[in-house]
Amino acid sequence: MTTRRPPVDHIVRTRDLYSGLGHDPYRWVRNDGSPPWTELRKPLRECRVGLVGSGGVYRAGQVAFHHRDDISLRVIDTSVPVSELRTSHFAYDQTDARIDPNVVFPVDTLHALAAEGVIGELSPRAYAFMGGIYSARRVRDVLAPEISRRLAEDQVDLALLVPV
Amino acid sequence: MGLIARRVEADGIPTTSLTSALSITRSVDPPRAVFLDYPLGHTAGKAKDPEQQREVVAAALAAVDELEQPGAVKMLPYRWSRDDDWKRETMLGGDARSHRSSSPEYQCEADRALAVAAGDCPTCVFL
Repeated sequence: MTTRRPPVDHIVRTRDLYSGLGHDPYRWVRNDGSPPWTELRKPLRECRVGLVGSGGVYRAGQVAFHHRDDISLRVIDTSVPVSELRTSHFAYDQTDARIDPNVVFPVDTLHALAAEGVIGELSPRAYAFMGGIYSARRVRDVLAPEISRRLAEDQVDLALLVPV
Repeated sequence: MGLIARRVEADGIPTTSLTSALSITRSVDPPRAVFLDYPLGHTAGKAKDPEQQREVVAAALAAVDELEQPGAVKMLPYRWSRDDDWKRETMLGGDARSHRSSSPEYQCEADRALAVAAGDCPTCVFL
């Protein structure tokens, strides 16, 4: 193994890409002050886990994402085989996600962890959207409360978030 | 996704976030995160490697018990390849992002036909 290079700075990378399109420099959200904090209320092995992924996953039969700041959600029944899952995303190389959707939406992985007893169960509903939404305001005011409300309705004990 | 993590956590459900974009995660600052130093598109491990996917996701879940400081990021040891040349290539690569249009972009034409045949999509939430 060779020496490790530092992680790719995706803030710099994204700024360069948007500047290349003639946009004003993209400003990433910068939150100062401590993030909110909620303790787990039961052991992990008893938890119902909710999955939220931003890899642009949809199920065959659903409407795919469009690539112009789509902030819509897909409700994914986690009992369907991953062979029915697809991806549609404007920004990342989807080659591997299309071979194995678990790399961005780990449904099989969470089922296996439930079977092992690491978690209680994977929630019957998972949520997918297409990340890279330009407007932080729309995420904060529209998408985030919708996802939060649905996870509460699903009575999940813990949410696993998988961005791309 | 960090904004969603913060909202869900503030509403009373603990969250744990995987990430392969460390600078973005540090800036948006979700409650708990687990960093996998891979090219974008493999946040939960390598394709067709269920053993590694299991370890990555299990590490993300375990973070809920391990991390005690809001905003903490746990670093995973995995490397994408023997050298890190992919990082330089990522920074130097051109803009491969797709054209922005308002029509759905299906993975394959068969999916479009299925969606059209299905008509209304009750599991699609248009916001």
